[in-house]
Amino acid sequence: MSPPPLEIHDLTVAYHKKPVLWGVDLVVPPGKLVGIVGPNGAGKSTLIKAAMGLLPVSSGWVKVFGEPVAKNLRRVGYVPQRESVDWDFPVSVMDVVLMGRYGKLGLLKRPTKADHDKARECLDKVKMLPYANRQISNLSGGQQQRVFLARALAQESDLYFMDEPFSGVDAATESAIIALLHELRAAGKTLLVVHHDLPTARNYFDMLLLLNMRVVAFGPTEEVFNYETLQKTYGGRLTILSEVAEAVRVKG
Amino acid sequence: MNELIPLFEFQRVFVTPWTQDFSSSVWIVLMGFFVATACGLVGNYLILRRMALVGDAISHSILPGIAVAFLISGSRGSLPMFLGALVAGAVTTVLIEVIHKKSRVKQDAAIGIAFTSLFAVGVILISLFASKVDLDQECVLYGEIAFIPLEGMVEFAGLTLGPPSVVRMALVTLVVALLVGLFYKELLVSSFDPALAFSLGINSTFVHYALMAMLSVVVVSAFEAVGAILVIAMLILPGATATLLSHRFPVMLGLTVLHAALSAVLGLHLGVWLNCSLAAAMVVAGTGLFIAAAAVFGYQQTHAHEHSQNNNLRGRRGD
Repeated sequence: MSPPPLEIHDLTVAYHKKPVLWGVDLVVPPGKLVGIVGPNGAGKSTLIKAAMGLLPVSSGWVKVFGEPVAKNLRRVGYVPQRESVDWDFPVSVMDVVLMGRYGKLGLLKRPTKADHDKARECLDKVKMLPYANRQISNLSGGQQQRVFLARALAQESDLYFMDEPFSGVDAATESAIIALLHELRAAGKTLLVVHHDLPTARNYFDMLLLLNMRVVAFGPTEEVFNYETLQKTYGGRLTILSEVAEAVRVKG
Repeated sequence: MNELIPLFEFQRVFVTPWTQDFSSSVWIVLMGFFVATACGLVGNYLILRRMALVGDAISHSILPGIAVAFLISGSRGSLPMFLGALVAGAVTTVLIEVIHKKSRVKQDAAIGIAFTSLFAVGVILISLFASKVDLDQECVLYGEIAFIPLEGMVEFAGLTLGPPSVVRMALVTLVVALLVGLFYKELLVSSFDPALAFSLGINSTFVHYALMAMLSVVVVSAFEAVGAILVIAMLILPGATATLLSHRFPVMLGLTVLHAALSAVLGLHLGVWLNCSLAAAMVVAGTGLFIAAAAVFGYQQTHAHEHSQNNNLRGRRGD
């Protein structure tokens, strides 16, 4: 049996000596679209950053396709939060998507025609090809997000980490993103997506990871998405609890 | 006409420098051009990374670096000075990181603490040992590009290359341009999105320190000509002007070189006219170009910026 795309054992991460993630154990099977949900400060972004080795971990280990993540970074694609970069940066849409190819190019190599073709193909998939030469500051939030997704596609990875790709996008972009995620899954990719909207989480993902510093529950969406586990995840946050109740009610 | 401002005589200001004083003008302009180009290229990355203040910090902290290098080596040779400044640059960079990471002090405050302390140490060292070292504070702070023609000439394989400081600066500029060209991808992606760079296997921390090392080398090479204070302007002005004129990074790098060339030439004429410090005149000329660019193209840019801001707001409202 081939090793799982992502295996995390006893992962603990601390900021300024305060633990943010505590003893996370996780084995993600291949070809799944996994949603990571939990309240603000639950450590959702921290989990994917630590899984990629972007953050120092206090204990535990992460394996990607059976190897320590540092050895297998080529197989990992990443979509950071849209707000994490400066959109006034002097690059075009095409430049940003080409960055996804840099990992394959290696030192001292320039993107080739094949890389440009690949980038154009990825832009076309997110319907952003007409904007290829645009400066990135002249894009709407949804368009920016699509550019990030095109870049992730251009990385041609097998395991993707996406940090809130649905945050602040319009309805058209949201459905475009979903279609793209499904297409990637159909191609056998594994995707972990940080998501903050409970009602849609149930429809979008095959599996859910309910996180609140610890793993509250992890499993197929229909098994995990119930009042009990959601209440455990969100604790006493009243407004969210009523949202949860609503989500469960809609489900029933 | 006010007596304080020398009369503007076209012949004296624009013609004589290129006829009677041709050779000194050429070396001064070339030096100004190389300094501004090397500084400007590195400065572009500082601006993009919102690290303009770090350039400020490193240019100040080379003062203790060269002072210590003098004390240890007892010479004014360029190698000890280079090494001293490089070490000082590295210490500053690390110090800023340490203060920022180990305490709750924000990065801009950490920069403020690191470089002023190091600068103060440098001032103390120089005033303590002023009698022992042949170090002119004025020269360190303001530089003297006008003395370049007084240097001897470097000869190599029978060819007269030019004054040593100009040759050195030309080499530094060439190396900087080469590095920026060769590592264009790595510098670009780690400046735009360090997290993505990491996932692509590009070590952003290494790129950061490499950039800081490059900055230290450029600053220490430049400071002899323009001094530790004016070099800050050389770091920021070309890139800032290019930012106003283009949205494409490669074009911005080209405009940086153009700005450097124009500042050097216009600065020389301004300096000759006012009979003042040539380095300061070059900086003022560069500022003039910046203002001109802002006046002509600034509005459009602000407009585009507001447009993107609105888009961002629109995007965030959906959260």
